[in-house]
Amino acid sequence: MSKPTPKTYLSPGHRGCAGCCDALAAKFMLMGAGPDCIVVNPTGCLEVMTTPFPESAWEVPWIHSLFENGPAVASGIEAALKALGRKGNTKVIGVGGDGSTMDIGIRSLSGAFERGHDLTYVCIDNEAYMNTGVQRSSGTPFDASTTTSPAGKVSFGNPRPKKNMPAIMAAHGAPYVATTSIGYPRDMIRKVKKATETEGPTYIHAHAPCPTGWGFDGSKTIEMAKLAVQTCLWPMYEMENGEITQVKKVKNPMPVEEYLKAQKRFKHLFTMEGGDEEIKKIQALADWNIEYFGLQ
Amino acid sequence: MKITTGGVCKAGTTLVNKTGGWRSFRPVFNYEKCKKCGLCEIVCPDMSVLPKEDGFFKYNYDYCKGCGICANECPADAIEMVLEEK
Amino acid sequence: MAVNLEDKSKMVVTEGSYAVAHAAKVCRPNVISAYPITPQTHIVENLSKFMADGEIPNCEYINVESEFSAISALVGASAAGARTYSATTSQGLELMHEVLFNAAGMRLPIVMTIANRAVSAPINIWNDQQDSISQRDTGWLQLYAEDLQESADMLPQLYKIAEDKEVLLPGMACMDGFILSHVYEPLVLLEQDLTDEFLPAYEPEYVLDPKNPMSFGAFAAPDTYEEFRYLQEQAMQNALPKIEAVAKEFGEIFGRFHGGLIDEYRTEDAEVIIMAMGSILGTIKDVVDEYRARGEKIGVLKVRAFRPFPKEQIRKAIKDAAVVAVLDKNISIGTNEGALFTETKACMYNARCDIPIIGYTIGHGGRDIRLETIAKIIEEAKEVASSGINTESQFVEVREELL
Repeated sequence: MSKPTPKTYLSPGHRGCAGCCDALAAKFMLMGAGPDCIVVNPTGCLEVMTTPFPESAWEVPWIHSLFENGPAVASGIEAALKALGRKGNTKVIGVGGDGSTMDIGIRSLSGAFERGHDLTYVCIDNEAYMNTGVQRSSGTPFDASTTTSPAGKVSFGNPRPKKNMPAIMAAHGAPYVATTSIGYPRDMIRKVKKATETEGPTYIHAHAPCPTGWGFDGSKTIEMAKLAVQTCLWPMYEMENGEITQVKKVKNPMPVEEYLKAQKRFKHLFTMEGGDEEIKKIQALADWNIEYFGLQ
Repeated sequence: MKITTGGVCKAGTTLVNKTGGWRSFRPVFNYEKCKKCGLCEIVCPDMSVLPKEDGFFKYNYDYCKGCGICANECPADAIEMVLEEK
Repeated sequence: MAVNLEDKSKMVVTEGSYAVAHAAKVCRPNVISAYPITPQTHIVENLSKFMADGEIPNCEYINVESEFSAISALVGASAAGARTYSATTSQGLELMHEVLFNAAGMRLPIVMTIANRAVSAPINIWNDQQDSISQRDTGWLQLYAEDLQESADMLPQLYKIAEDKEVLLPGMACMDGFILSHVYEPLVLLEQDLTDEFLPAYEPEYVLDPKNPMSFGAFAAPDTYEEFRYLQEQAMQNALPKIEAVAKEFGEIFGRFHGGLIDEYRTEDAEVIIMAMGSILGTIKDVVDEYRARGEKIGVLKVRAFRPFPKEQIRKAIKDAAVVAVLDKNISIGTNEGALFTETKACMYNARCDIPIIGYTIGHGGRDIRLETIAKIIEEAKEVASSGINTESQFVEVREELL
């Protein structure tokens, strides 16, 4: 028998798709954080699927305000707890998708981290605006086809690589920044726990494959997350005070094709002329990760 | 139901929404193969795998959407997805 | 303003912004969150100094990176049970627009001072009221102050109204930028003991607390959304008598009364009534005094509450006049009318009261409003009383040579 499963604080009955990555990420986040927290959740799939009035799937205090202001709302809660003498060990946790975190909410996030509030922010990165129908975000990977970066006769899809969000957050002087993946629940639970136990603003970037948005069967959510790590397209590491302190090694990296061919959003790379060259460019991104992070 | 001021909701109240009706395939344990590792419980996005006193697990079919992650991840191949007959 | 003679001994000469910051302080806020913008800056600078000197107990001041985050932080703080304060103006208020709806919909009694200023483009830092008037549909209470003393006195009143369990709406205390924010006048700084007596602690029914986990900000589908909007409107209607009662109670404790929803000045037998909001009222009253000295029946209607809009009180105040002229420091482009004018006309239409009402949009971007201009408007209004409306609404004294 393995270690006992930590208790989570998310109820079933939520409206997430079968095999939903957000539900898993939120579940693991709460397993790591425990009950003494207040969650701020910007607009997105997770917010919508968990709180249709008058219901809520959250068993911890939870607030949704808007799409781009989660970290500011979290700042206000943290300040209020301090002012009212209720802070104690209560951790304020922001949790948003790649769109709200990396695009529309980055000003708010940057401000909250620069000010040094005692909060943890978790980005659930499913690499596009899923709630509105799979539009491209700055988390969308190179050559992924989305509804606003579709592959076509003269396009291989999204022309840009992912924004390096963890580096941006580390540059704010955050004492703890880590990447993780829902494919490795124990890793995510451990890192969220560490983040919430670290004083000051801490950041977790969780890779979260979305079956609906990426085009794979809902039974493969965990499998796809693991493939991203095993192909070295998603490196898992921890940074303390700006320095990389731990990296999850990948002994025998798999070729990126194994990951790409399993998803509809990359299907065009295997059918379009010139797709081979594009796959080589994606392999180069994985090779860069291997080299830079010392994954092997 | 009454509208609360500002729309405040009570915790954990999605329990009224039984999502088991979404299911096309039903996961079924084969306890002879099960190694009680508990991975199924962790990877369920609908908190529908519950531990039993004997160390095995059972499904809460009220909420299981039949996504099949548990069956896909089970290292002992102890979960079978069976077509729901309606 | 009814002057209490006892006040004279308590008066100090100070800047409007200092008086407002001091008023915010004695209201005992728990979280202040603000971003600097002219002409609001002196308010937040004074509050920052109070913080630096340890003069605001149990309070955190958040130096946010934008007005959008200033008001967003207060959404979180208020939901966590804090009494909250911010101040802004113009572009800052427009940047808050989305959050203003959100705070009102979540029924969070945030209080904010608006140092009214024109909006860009062209960029202009001087006073008019376009900024807050443009937020009139966001679900915030809006009170407009006539002078420095009222700008300060409005804050504890507004907290008391906003935090009332039958209201629970955020509120804007609007004061004209520069004209009120940067002027020094003798006034009374709000006393801490009297303010404590007047304003009880904020005790919300639900707060964000791990000991009693509740969810805030759920989404509402078409089957409930309409009821949420209905209840917001009901809360606004509930605020109407509260604004009157709170102003009266304030008067009893502090000895100063600035009006409730409205305030009438020499309207009892007035044939011509001039309506307006904010500091322009002082200028209008000076001109009206001259007319009255000559025996002409001219009166002034101060509109203090623009949200909720006091239809009944306005109807009652103007129904017996021969003509009403409404002065607006704003314009709804495309209607050629200011908002107070449009809404005043609207509330009279079904009241079986067919008095002529004319409108002027005035003082845009800090354009000086002279006594002669007010006198000219009164003369035009008198003309309307005898020969009917020629021009329903117009800009005042546009410089034709520039066009």
